[in-house]
Amino acid sequence: MLQIKHLRVSINQKEILKDFNLEVKAGEVHAIMGPNGTGKSTLASVIAGRDIFEVTEGEILYKGKNLLDLPPETRAREGIFLGFQYPVEIPGVSMANFMKTAVNEIRKYKGLEPIGGADFLKLMEEKKKLVEIQSKLNNRSVNEGFSGGEKKKNEIFQMAMLNPTLSILDETDSGLDIDALRIVANGVNKLRTKDNATVVITHYQRLLDYIVPDFVHVMYDGKIVKSGDKHLAIELEEKGYDWIKQELEANASI
Amino acid sequence: MENDKNNIIQELTQGDYKYGFVTDIETETSPIGLSEDTVRYISAKKNEPEFMLEFRLKAYRHWLTLTEPTWAHLHHPPIDYQNIIFYAAPKKQQTLNSLDEVDPELLKTFNKLGISLEEQKLFSGVAVDAVVDSISVKTTFKETLSEKGIIFCSYSEAVKEHPDLVKKYMGSVVPYTDNFFAALNSAVFSDGSFCYIPPGVRCPIELSTYFRINAANSGQFERTLIIADEGSYVSYMEGCTAPMRDENQLHAAIVEIIAHDNAEVKYSTVQNWYPGNKNGDGGIYNFVTKRGFCKGHNSKISWTQVETGSAITWKYPSLILKGDNSVGEFYSVAVTNNYQQADTGTKMIHLGKNTKSTVISKGISAGKSNNSYRGLIKVSKNAINSRNYTQCDSLLLGDKCGAHTFPYIETNNKSSIVEHEATTSKISEDQLFYCLQRGIDNESAISLIVNGYAKEVLNKLPMEFAVEAQKLLSISLEGSVG
Repeated sequence: MLQIKHLRVSINQKEILKDFNLEVKAGEVHAIMGPNGTGKSTLASVIAGRDIFEVTEGEILYKGKNLLDLPPETRAREGIFLGFQYPVEIPGVSMANFMKTAVNEIRKYKGLEPIGGADFLKLMEEKKKLVEIQSKLNNRSVNEGFSGGEKKKNEIFQMAMLNPTLSILDETDSGLDIDALRIVANGVNKLRTKDNATVVITHYQRLLDYIVPDFVHVMYDGKIVKSGDKHLAIELEEKGYDWIKQELEANASI
Repeated sequence: MENDKNNIIQELTQGDYKYGFVTDIETETSPIGLSEDTVRYISAKKNEPEFMLEFRLKAYRHWLTLTEPTWAHLHHPPIDYQNIIFYAAPKKQQTLNSLDEVDPELLKTFNKLGISLEEQKLFSGVAVDAVVDSISVKTTFKETLSEKGIIFCSYSEAVKEHPDLVKKYMGSVVPYTDNFFAALNSAVFSDGSFCYIPPGVRCPIELSTYFRINAANSGQFERTLIIADEGSYVSYMEGCTAPMRDENQLHAAIVEIIAHDNAEVKYSTVQNWYPGNKNGDGGIYNFVTKRGFCKGHNSKISWTQVETGSAITWKYPSLILKGDNSVGEFYSVAVTNNYQQADTGTKMIHLGKNTKSTVISKGISAGKSNNSYRGLIKVSKNAINSRNYTQCDSLLLGDKCGAHTFPYIETNNKSSIVEHEATTSKISEDQLFYCLQRGIDNESAISLIVNGYAKEVLNKLPMEFAVEAQKLLSISLEGSVG
């Protein structure tokens, strides 16, 4: 589904991603871990199409298409969803209006008729239950006055509404208490099918207790330096990131 | 309401053409320039009674002593008042044979606004089988209204049919001495609307100039007078969201509203005149004096305006709160794009006890435009326990436009409370990217964000106006970002 090959990305002449490679297949859940400042969020932004980054080398293929040729809204309509680390507030725009606009733009792209009012409200209700959101959401402005936990739940709610093929969840666990973490993770698990894939970006292993990954990758200095299964995350939690650094330095000195 | 409107348009456009062709007399114009003769000419052409001519002449003579105001944050070449035709009765539109001859850009806008084909023809000056004639429209509405004793007619007609009301109220809220443009209007005004709601009557329909198509042609110097007698209510809509084809460059209108005891007037405007092109060439200069007088106890007047058109807007719909417990409201969205300039706001003059006013102003600037809010809150010594709340927000799109706020506050007693809040914000890249990532393209994203920002004001518009106004905001800002 997603193939990232030899990707190099810079911002303001500073290289963030350095020969980054990753392949994600349908039905898989990948976790990308690593210390701060190693380029995890940059990776998420580049896949989603944020134009402040410059891709200097490499390619990203998504469903066989060259993703880097597509504007961000087309990527979204093609089924790429980014769960934001810092969801943005849009005052005065109700969640219902925002979601209806998004759903209909995606439907239009697929050649479908706009969704009817009643069907849309039904869909909202159904998906709200998935992340245990209170009923008042429809009329609230997008993320305005939401608590940290509500914002993250709202990201997963939007993911459920838009039914993406590839979801990238950027630090979805940060700022969540244990109950919210469970709710968010349950939401993600319920949305998991054999046809879609999820990339979870996180600092901590604790999210992976709830969302069990098929693959765990450790990122350091702009690339993946170690990959394994879910046990890698546990090992990482026990030994800390210094363990990876030491291993890298040892390899480098040979 | 929506149905009524459709029915009438349908009725009129499908009916036979009954009212004769436009005659030569109707295209007659006054000599170019302004003099006492011009004023006499206009009054004579309109067959006006003596008191009108006197009013006009006094206004003209006063105008001669005035100079154009320069305090507004506006820049334009000097207006040559001797190079303007002040009266063309009623101005005949150039008639096109089909929509194919209409500017395709204009048609695109019509379609985006969801305006029907027949109406498109009407607004763009294409000859329709049956001309929506002011006389027939008036007849249809008059029957509904006259049952309740409501008078809704053209100003000229009111001068003839209801001279006592005109004499009593004309110039009582905006005297001809008020300002340069008010004096000019008083001297040369061509026509406009007149509305009287008798005591205790709640006007059953939204009165709209839209139905008085001749108002669109009544020229540069329109005048409106609305009188709500004791305990009455009326909601009045001026303008329409369709872009108006207009050959006149200078507009100087006057609106006067009087609310007696326990009366309420809601006045909504959508102004979408030609703003000039992307390089700032052309466009309407719009210098308007609008004022309401809450004369009676417990009276209420609210202004709601959506200003997207005109190259220059100079407009401060104001209220004098004289009656005790009277309430004034001003809700405004002003959009400027390209090289448009707007200096707009309100004045709330608190004279009576326990008077209350609310001002919500939302400015949106894009392109290389300049958007200013100018507001005066004045609380007199006797206006004890009065309150004002002002919220004044500016939204900037891009980094070449300007937003300015000029608040003036005067309070002369200690029991009153005046609050002023102001914010300036930009549409952030983060907000845009968030929308894009959800599959919403740039233009729709800006439209969503801007409409969200202006929501508080749009919610105050009558329903059918509100939906169109939302679309209008997006259209006015097209191409302003990215």
